[in-house]
Amino acid sequence: MFEYVWLIPLFPLIGVVINGLLGKKIKNETVIGGIGSLMVFGSFLVSCGILIELLSRSAEERVFEKVLFTWIKSGNFNAEIGFLIDPLSALMIMVVTGVGFLIHVYSIGYMHGEEGFYRYFTYLNLFTFSMLLLVLGNNLLLMFVGWEGVGLCSYLLIGYYFHKKSAGDAGKKAFVMNRVGDFGFLLGLFTLYWYLGQNHNVWTINFRQLAANAHLLPVGGVVTVITLCFFLGATGKSAQLPLYTWLPDAMEGPTPVSALIHAATMVTAGVYMIGRLNFVYIRSHETMMVVAIVGAATAIFAASIGTAQNDIKRVLAYSTVSQLGFMFLAMGVGAFTAGIFHLMTHAFFKACLFLGSGSVIHSMHHALHHAHSHDDPQDMRNMGGLKKQMPITFLTFLVSTIAIAGIPGFSGFFSKDEILWQAFANPLHGDLNIILWATGAIAAGFTAFYMFRLVFMTFFGECRIMEKAKSHLHESPLVITFPLMVLGLLAIVGGYVGIPKLIGELFGGIPNYLEHYLEPVFKGSEEFMAQQLAHGVAHHSPALEWGLMGTSVVIALIGISIAFFLYVVSPSIPAKFTAAFPALHRAVYNKWYVDELYDFLFVNPCKALGNGLWKGFDVVVVDGVVNGVAAIVKGFGGALRNIQTGYVHNYALTMTLGVVVIVAFYLFR
Amino acid sequence: METIAIPAINFAPIMPEVILSIFAMVLLLVNVFVPSEHKAYLGYLSLVGLIVAGFTLIGGWGVPLSAFNDSVVRDNFSIFFKGIFLLTVGMSILISDQYFKREECNLGELYPLLLFATVGMMLMASGTDLMTIFLGLEVLSVSLYILAGFNRANVKSNEAGLKYFLLGAFSTGFLLYGMALTYGATGTTRVVKIAEYVSQNGVVAQNPMFVIGMLLMAVGFSFKIAAAPFHMWTPDVYEGAPTPMTAFMSAGPKAAGFAAFMRVAIIAFPSLKADWSDLLWILAVLTMTIGNLIALNQDNIKRMLAYSSIAHAGYALVGFTAGNAEGTAGILFYMLSYAFMNIGAFAIIVLVGKKGEANNNVMDYAGFGTKHPVLALAMAVFLFSLAGMPPTAGFIGKFYLFSGAIKAGYVWLAIIGVLNSAASVYYYLRVMVYMYMKDPVEEFDWMKLTPAVAICIIIAVVGVLLPGVVPAFLLNLAQQAVLL
Amino acid sequence: MLGAYLPILVLVAIAVIFGLCSLVFSSLIGQKKPSVVKLAPYECGCEPVGSARERFSVKFYIIAMLFILFDIEAVFLYPWSVLFKRLGMFGVMEMGVFIVILFVGYIYVWKKGALEWE
Repeated sequence: MFEYVWLIPLFPLIGVVINGLLGKKIKNETVIGGIGSLMVFGSFLVSCGILIELLSRSAEERVFEKVLFTWIKSGNFNAEIGFLIDPLSALMIMVVTGVGFLIHVYSIGYMHGEEGFYRYFTYLNLFTFSMLLLVLGNNLLLMFVGWEGVGLCSYLLIGYYFHKKSAGDAGKKAFVMNRVGDFGFLLGLFTLYWYLGQNHNVWTINFRQLAANAHLLPVGGVVTVITLCFFLGATGKSAQLPLYTWLPDAMEGPTPVSALIHAATMVTAGVYMIGRLNFVYIRSHETMMVVAIVGAATAIFAASIGTAQNDIKRVLAYSTVSQLGFMFLAMGVGAFTAGIFHLMTHAFFKACLFLGSGSVIHSMHHALHHAHSHDDPQDMRNMGGLKKQMPITFLTFLVSTIAIAGIPGFSGFFSKDEILWQAFANPLHGDLNIILWATGAIAAGFTAFYMFRLVFMTFFGECRIMEKAKSHLHESPLVITFPLMVLGLLAIVGGYVGIPKLIGELFGGIPNYLEHYLEPVFKGSEEFMAQQLAHGVAHHSPALEWGLMGTSVVIALIGISIAFFLYVVSPSIPAKFTAAFPALHRAVYNKWYVDELYDFLFVNPCKALGNGLWKGFDVVVVDGVVNGVAAIVKGFGGALRNIQTGYVHNYALTMTLGVVVIVAFYLFR
Repeated sequence: METIAIPAINFAPIMPEVILSIFAMVLLLVNVFVPSEHKAYLGYLSLVGLIVAGFTLIGGWGVPLSAFNDSVVRDNFSIFFKGIFLLTVGMSILISDQYFKREECNLGELYPLLLFATVGMMLMASGTDLMTIFLGLEVLSVSLYILAGFNRANVKSNEAGLKYFLLGAFSTGFLLYGMALTYGATGTTRVVKIAEYVSQNGVVAQNPMFVIGMLLMAVGFSFKIAAAPFHMWTPDVYEGAPTPMTAFMSAGPKAAGFAAFMRVAIIAFPSLKADWSDLLWILAVLTMTIGNLIALNQDNIKRMLAYSSIAHAGYALVGFTAGNAEGTAGILFYMLSYAFMNIGAFAIIVLVGKKGEANNNVMDYAGFGTKHPVLALAMAVFLFSLAGMPPTAGFIGKFYLFSGAIKAGYVWLAIIGVLNSAASVYYYLRVMVYMYMKDPVEEFDWMKLTPAVAICIIIAVVGVLLPGVVPAFLLNLAQQAVLL
Repeated sequence: MLGAYLPILVLVAIAVIFGLCSLVFSSLIGQKKPSVVKLAPYECGCEPVGSARERFSVKFYIIAMLFILFDIEAVFLYPWSVLFKRLGMFGVMEMGVFIVILFVGYIYVWKKGALEWE
């Protein structure tokens, strides 16, 4: 089955070609959507096959590289089109194709009646193709191709409703910020390649070869530079401080797009990249610290903004940024497995949350349309009490919210808790650990709070929608609710593959399957980390671990109760709170004015520079030179044409002169 | 009295010339005896003659053969050029019928004159004795003088013929004087023997008589190929001559001039290579620059193409300056492709022109693209090829010429050539702008696309596009035909 | 070697001197008494009519040109006729071809009416 790994990216590519070229002619939505979804399902089946075969092998043999052909060969530089199968990439392709397939199916129902239906599926398939290239690529350049491809598709899909100016602007913003990050990625790539080649004559960008030669890399120094550059790329792609502002704006795109790209897959590319390059990151203590700090800071920063938003998708967007912060926090403290674990569970419950919100918005839009109202269907202040009309959506949404809040028994608990525990216990950063843990815990509290705020405002209480629309609210069709149900189920059980040892022992020795599974990928780094730390890995008592676990559960429950109190019991209190602290509320509501700051620092000066160069330089200097040269040449021609007098004797004279000059020149040489 | 022993004579090298001469004489008689209604057959007959002559060419490829005591030769070089001449004359004949009927000229003498001119060109290409070359040159030139002034009712045509005659006679004087000086210095007019004499007696190369002889011959040939500063006749003659004759003159005699010049310079004067290379360097730069610069300001399309043909001779001179195998192969390729593109362009001009040589301004092509899209497209192809844009034969030809120059170390020459090529794009594209981007002023309804002109245009388009896309075949032939 | 040309140089010199002397002496020694009648152009006693710059009729030129061509043909015929016997059949054919070529030209000229005087 490993031999057929190239089918995985091929299927969506076929979908792109068919839908892209013929989509306009095929008017039937089911056919277009069916082709798109089936292609991804094909990839999913092959991915399953690969996973099964991978599991059937022993741990040392769980790696396979399939090279299709050499793409670029120039001097020492060698880039192939090849795919790398190992536990990490196998997990990623399952997530991408599995969740991707469900979202494709969902989109058939959600995008019903949209003009440009085929365009949507073409871009969605193209995105899947790029993402699969990114996770399967066996070298940095191929990964970068996928990296750029997903950025492109993100732009195309955010700007899907291109008639709206805000959508176009959001797409541009996403692309430009991504580009800034990509610049970092490329710098890191070049520096790594150059360093290994120049100093150790190892000229490669292939992951396996890099890993095998990782021992040649020094600790700190140039490795810090390399990893920071790559991390810049990660902040752009995965929306961390300072390059996160595009993600909330990206909600302009259709909701399934937000689910797939900006929750489950694309934004996790940065996390995956760090995981893939773990052997480089582990060699820079400084970068790991930066990663952890940025992760924690982003987590709490975004969570704070999420508490004040009223648009249902905005809340989920800030929640995504915050959860990504958690993943980076994990990567930053060296808990790579925990980071990937959270990536997986986050994909499940966040996708479910977004799709659920899509279902709500769909229903609200439908109802408001019938009532001829122009109210915003995404504003939670217009919702309320929807659990009666939309039971399935409510149930799956609730399940996912409980998961994200970190309540035991659900997937989010296991992954988030692992991260917090590792943040505290992993001795990589010494005293900083406690601060990191505390930040993470508070952010988790915020998470629980604003997520349940969302649930309570949307599904509980009285229905605040206008009277005329109330009767038109109903549950969404099966094509929309089926993916919700599957994802909801995964949100519950998805975490059981990674039960921490502590709890596993309670239930009769259930091992942490995920940790064991991902061991081959991260083993080298963990051993290296152990080597580096002079006093070795501290052994913390299980009691401490139980204590911290309990603390995080308590914090989550506190958050939920506050939300319950504020939004179900006494809905009038939030308004009073806002009135009491208007400045604070305004700051939080306006995202701490970060966008305005960026405008002032970067966007406006760039615009001014561009304008200046255009009017001053291009028009005056460049055009002037070009037109000036042309005028001079023409002038010469005009002067020369006067030689042609028309008199034969003049011609003969010129000829004679020519002869005389030539002969004289040669005679007197 | 004993019989004088007659040496065995091999007619094979001059077979095409013999056949064409016979056809020409037959045409003369037919012209005189046949009443005017059946005059059209003259054109067909001349084409038949060309085809028959062409057949005799094919067998000789790769088998060098000299005859008449080494004064004519049949080698790949001469066969290639004879092929060019036949194609040129054939295409010109195809477009002459319509033009001369429109101008109401008596077509009778046209075909014999064209065939005689071809005979002259062929002698120039295959001649290996200075006298034979001169003979061919004169036969060609006299025919051309008459052809340039063929349209007796048009003042400009008369002027063209007379100017060509006067200046041609003047330059022939230089050529002959050069030949005489060379003969005086070496004692022989056989091209091969001149080189042998010089290699045996090294001092001859220092003899001023010898050097000046070479220079004057270069001057004479430069007149024929219209290299500056001996180009002054070209604009007036090309503008005044009847358009099909201009088409013929711009392609055939120019190629013949190059053929003779190359043979004399490369085979007879290899000892003076440094000298004539330097001279040609200057000529090339002057020719290209003057041709392109003055063409920028022209409005009459025939005059513009006249200056452009001067410029193209300049590009070919770049390859000649290089003097290496690539350069000379490039010249051969370029002469062939230039014949196609130029005669093709003139064919369109014949169609668009009106009686009395009117409607020949660039402005008169406004809107041509909308009225006759296919013909405008053909014109566009020819203009692109003249400008040297891929994927046309003009580009490949220029590429080979310039790469030959660079290989020989003349980098600056190649740079000047490329710059000139870039400047030339202006006046070629100006016609295209008028054709496609201006609104039509006229209906272009007087245009009659006869089958003959259509065939000529098709041949020209194929000849321009095919070598541009797959140049290997022609390039191979050109490389095999090089003299070195 | 150039000494053989000395008589020619002397002859040229004498010719030039003779011509010059005639003109110079006649202008120095001769009487000069111009009158209107004496300076008028002579036209057989009549008053001159029309401009002195008459255009030449081209037929003179054509006749002269044709004369040159056929005269050269005759010039080539002379040496051939001297060696006629020794050249055999080849000589006959060769000269026959030469004459035929010129004969074609003659027929052309005749039919075109270039030999008509009026």
